[in-house]
Amino acid sequence: MAVVTYRDALTQALREELQRDDRVFLMGEEVAQYNGAYKVSKGLLDEFGPMRIVDTPITELGFAGVGVGAAMVGLRPIVEFMTWNFALLAIDEVVNAAAKMLYMSGGQYKMPMVFRGPNGSALQLSAQHSQAWESWYAHIPGLKVCTPGTPADAKGLLKSAIRDDNPVVFLEGEMLYNTKGEVPDGEHIVPIGVAELKREGDHCSVITHGKMVLVAMKVADDLAKEGINIDVVDLRTVRPIDVEAIARSVQKTNRAVVLEEGWEICGMGSQVVDFIQRECFDDLDAPVLRVHQEDVPMPYAKNLERAAKPDAGKAIAAIKKVMYLD
Amino acid sequence: MSTDAKRAPAQKRSDKGSPGNNGADASPQNDLAATTPEVRRELLRSMLLQRRFEERCAEAYALGKIGGFCHLYIGQEAISTGVMSMIRPDDYVITAYRDHGQALARGVSPRAVMAELFGRDTGSSGGKGGSMHIFDAKTNFLGGHGIVGGHVPVAAGVGFAIKYRRGNQVCVCFFGEAAVNIGAFHEALNLASLWELPVVFIIENNRYGMGTAISRSTANEDVLVRAKGYRMEGESVDGQDVFAVRECMARAVERARKEKRPTLIEMKTYRFMGHSMSDAASGTYRTKDELEENMKRDPILLLHNRMFEAGELTEGEMHKIDDEAKAIAQDAWDFADASPEPPLEKLYTDVYADTSS
Ligand SMILES: Cc1ncc(C[n+]2csc(CCOP(=O)(O)OP(=O)(O)O)c2C)c(N)n1
Ligand SMILES: [Mg+2]
Repeated sequence: MAVVTYRDALTQALREELQRDDRVFLMGEEVAQYNGAYKVSKGLLDEFGPMRIVDTPITELGFAGVGVGAAMVGLRPIVEFMTWNFALLAIDEVVNAAAKMLYMSGGQYKMPMVFRGPNGSALQLSAQHSQAWESWYAHIPGLKVCTPGTPADAKGLLKSAIRDDNPVVFLEGEMLYNTKGEVPDGEHIVPIGVAELKREGDHCSVITHGKMVLVAMKVADDLAKEGINIDVVDLRTVRPIDVEAIARSVQKTNRAVVLEEGWEICGMGSQVVDFIQRECFDDLDAPVLRVHQEDVPMPYAKNLERAAKPDAGKAIAAIKKVMYLD
Repeated sequence: MSTDAKRAPAQKRSDKGSPGNNGADASPQNDLAATTPEVRRELLRSMLLQRRFEERCAEAYALGKIGGFCHLYIGQEAISTGVMSMIRPDDYVITAYRDHGQALARGVSPRAVMAELFGRDTGSSGGKGGSMHIFDAKTNFLGGHGIVGGHVPVAAGVGFAIKYRRGNQVCVCFFGEAAVNIGAFHEALNLASLWELPVVFIIENNRYGMGTAISRSTANEDVLVRAKGYRMEGESVDGQDVFAVRECMARAVERARKEKRPTLIEMKTYRFMGHSMSDAASGTYRTKDELEENMKRDPILLLHNRMFEAGELTEGEMHKIDDEAKAIAQDAWDFADASPEPPLEKLYTDVYADTSS
């Protein structure tokens, strides 16, 4: 197994799928000549040419719609948003067009396409450029939503997303591009909708996804030194959600903390807690707690930003609380 | 009676120009749009079918057989018929929510359209789309879309796919004049011109978006100037005159097919009914006088008169065509009415496609 960055793992997935199927093309701002705003598409223009690696103007609504139209008649577009913050301008095409086309056409028009790009908070980018959007898209029937937290999952899920016949919202962690991890050699596919138990322990379940997976792993390491062993359930996909994996873990540990980057109200954690209370009511030894961004727009100042974000310290405090150790 | 036998002229390729045709001809400059008496009869048939079909829609709506939003096309039929008569079966059509007439003109089965409006299992979308969302893969009818302007970039995407595959089809995209003030319109037209996509964008300028006159919504009422802004060819045409529609479509389709360049066409028209079934045809935002004045230029009447004056249509023949249209509409109604509602299990189908590859 090679150790590669999250960025390179994504590039590998794009390259392999572009080679595999000539209906696949990549479109977005700065994806071609500039090699991608985050360099995920580096080298692809040279290899695949301008018809398949397509630079667009700054016209999110326009090119998202172009992707929808191309998918309707048989191509397999990958639409890159420079970041998901800008995808708000295109959300009509994602939600009202892509997600509903199959249903409102009575099954006649499927949408084999991927909307992808960096998601979540970065460093000191403040209110408009530092946001986690997964709960918005997870709300919508017709979409699938992937939130890989490791290079291996980034590669394997992106390949699944490109091969899927449904519109997939693919949320890459903006702060994860330089992180490294082992990626299996050869064809590596991760199925959509299957969580992974990334760490095993009996004392508490931490259910998380995306960038927070790394935080949870650090928490697991830190707590292990104190003799506390946690399950880290990485959802990997937030629509569909692997409810069985959540239930299996909570039924074993009897305690749970849900850790996410986004805001509290109607966040992913709200949904996970709902599944837990339905599936594991009699198993719980403590109320489920949530760790998330504070209920404020992201501030700029370093200290305020730190205070606003979920982190290992907040997660550890929550875990100790559900274990009645505080 | 088999309704599908009575296909609209979209399915016919007999409309090549013939010399020696008479007074109802399109201008001699464009052979493709020239018509024969047979073609003109098909055009009349297509327009009458839409009219009679939608009159029954209004009736069915009043009876509660059709629900939700239902936007009639009555008054604008020369556009759908003229446009569809100039494209091939393998071309693509995409439109907004005022889509019944266009679907019929394209050759979508009247039974499937009516059943869709009735919310039945046999409808074009299995009863899941309704009036605003007629889709038909058999005729490359890419829908009925409900968000004003939202489908205009989708049309550019279809054009992109045609070009990607080095095909020579065109995509025709209809929308109302109010859509030109939507951002999606601007983004799509810029992309279509920038990337030279084979799309014909058709503004059906019926002068109102719901109750808002164009003068109250659009800083420059001359919507055609938008074409210049995108370095795109543009034309304005009398949308009540099916021959004018055909001629201008001939040029636009040629440009798209041969030169891979988009066109923006303004088709001037008028809607004879309310915006939808929930408002009156005239009232607060337009006067009865204005409506009546415009109804004198009924596109069906104009075509009928020209054929009548040219001596190629008798009143008896006109009645016969009209009776046929009524019979098709009746058949569609009967079919829809007798069709079952979608089974409840279908609530959960078509949310996701099974990925086979
Ligand atoms: C984005 C959006 N805003 C508002 C509406 C509600 N609405 C439906 S049709 C319509 C008027 C559109 O007029 P026009 O584009 O001229 O088409 P016409 O109805 O005249 O065919 C409005 C405001 C909508 N469907 N979508
Ligand atoms: Mg209008």
